[in-house]
Amino acid sequence: MAVRGLVKCYGSVTAVDGLDLTLAPASVLALLGPNGAGKSTTVDICTGFATADAGEIRVLGTDPAGAPDALRARIGVMPQGGGAYPGVRAGEMLRLVASCAEHPLDPAWLIDVLGLGGCARIPYKRLSGGQQQRLALACAIVGRPELVFLDEPTAGLDPQGRRLVWELVDALRRDGVAVLLTTHLMEEAEALADHVVIVDHGKVVAEGSPTALTTGGDQELRFRARPGMDVADLATALPAGYHAAETLAGRYVVQGRIDPAVLSAITGWCAAQGALADDVQVARRSLEDVFLELTGRELRP
Amino acid sequence: MSTPFAPGTFTPRPGAGAPARMLAAQAATELRLALRNGEQVLLTLVIPVLLLIGLTVVDVVPLPEPRIAAVTPSVLALAVMSTAFTSQAISLGFDRRYGVIRRLAATALPRWLLVAGRLAAVLATVALQMVVLVLLAAVLGWRPPAAGLGWALLLVLLGCAAFAALGLLLGGTLRAEIVLAVANAVWFVLLLAGGIVVPLERLPGPIAAVAALLPSGALAEALRTVLTTGAAPGAGPVLVLVAWTLAGTALAVRTVRLR
Repeated sequence: MAVRGLVKCYGSVTAVDGLDLTLAPASVLALLGPNGAGKSTTVDICTGFATADAGEIRVLGTDPAGAPDALRARIGVMPQGGGAYPGVRAGEMLRLVASCAEHPLDPAWLIDVLGLGGCARIPYKRLSGGQQQRLALACAIVGRPELVFLDEPTAGLDPQGRRLVWELVDALRRDGVAVLLTTHLMEEAEALADHVVIVDHGKVVAEGSPTALTTGGDQELRFRARPGMDVADLATALPAGYHAAETLAGRYVVQGRIDPAVLSAITGWCAAQGALADDVQVARRSLEDVFLELTGRELRP
Repeated sequence: MSTPFAPGTFTPRPGAGAPARMLAAQAATELRLALRNGEQVLLTLVIPVLLLIGLTVVDVVPLPEPRIAAVTPSVLALAVMSTAFTSQAISLGFDRRYGVIRRLAATALPRWLLVAGRLAAVLATVALQMVVLVLLAAVLGWRPPAAGLGWALLLVLLGCAAFAALGLLLGGTLRAEIVLAVANAVWFVLLLAGGIVVPLERLPGPIAAVAALLPSGALAEALRTVLTTGAAPGAGPVLVLVAWTLAGTALAVRTVRLR
């Protein structure tokens, strides 16, 4: 899949503003971004549910505009919020979707392996959010597609359900399926994605492999100590270029290259303040750190 | 870490299912859901059955004797309207709301098969209604002329076409709550003033003139003609039904978004 210069506006709001994406076969691309960043709009356009105002989009060699039947037979889509008749049973819904594919997976097996066997006869409206989510995932993959779009596939899932979905996405990639997933879970992107694209205000603000995005930059030293210490004073005790902050009361972060001398300077400064630096941890930046750095910490509507 | 997914499980083998299999699966699912939904069963079966019995045994509407001969065509027309228009519009409106149409539109199911599956379920429901209502009417003493039965079947199919086109148009364009309100209001108005319960000749002049041009009045009047006299229906009601079918279909094709 290749997207170049994608633009989509809703009235005066530009939802996607010149976005570029490339997804190779047998790989997982994670699209990250705050609420309203343009992730779902991008998925909608790539799956033919919306049309672009500008840009070139090729999905499996086809323009998805209008979602031609031939393309829809080759892709699997898990829309946000799923979608099923309120009164339909999980097994019925999956068999209906499976009937639309030439060589579908066995719906009964899929229901069972996704932990829906015990509720295959329960109406959709009475399934839990996690069960509905797993059914939506089953509907997306039952047709044995080449390319799968998963819009927040683990939203509302418990840790066991999330782990199962991760195993499934891993198996899809192993078997040659390309996967585009949107998610708010940085841990999920780090665990699954070969390539991460962070979008904000409809634009790509960073991209690369999870490793490339989280290394090469600063490290972090985190510690706990008495709340309210003067972090500006701490910064002056460190070499130039280091950044210190109290992220939550009594929780401090120092960003920069952490070596023994810096570690010693920090613990020494704490001692000078009459405080013990407790629970000291040195770590490379997480994807979440990168994400917050790029998209800010303020809440999005 | 063990995985429940053996290598090769998801190796892509994409392709669209056979159209006949998609149609059968879609129609069967829609039919099962319609028969499982209490409100739809009330509208499509319980109310017509109660009206058939009630209007036959209770003299609330002046009708020629035997009353069952006048009541049965009316109730058959009501059954068609209830299923093909009211129930169809409401279910489509809420299926859109609940993301069902979007879910199915994301599969290889072509749009025309999506519509065809719904219409096949409508036809199956109407067939069930006809069997139940005709058998009940027979028990109540209804003996229609055999010559009219073939015409009645054609009129029921034409009525299904007209009402289904309008049902798709309504359910496929407006918000679910508005569809619910409009479909029920239209059902009630057409039941009382659209030539269904009260024959056109017993409605006030201006109302009768309008009702004759409505699909409800045209279908009920034509069914009354063929099932009481055995004669062919007049050209007027047939043309009215054809016109509503064509107009409803044309508008639905232009305005309904099945995504």
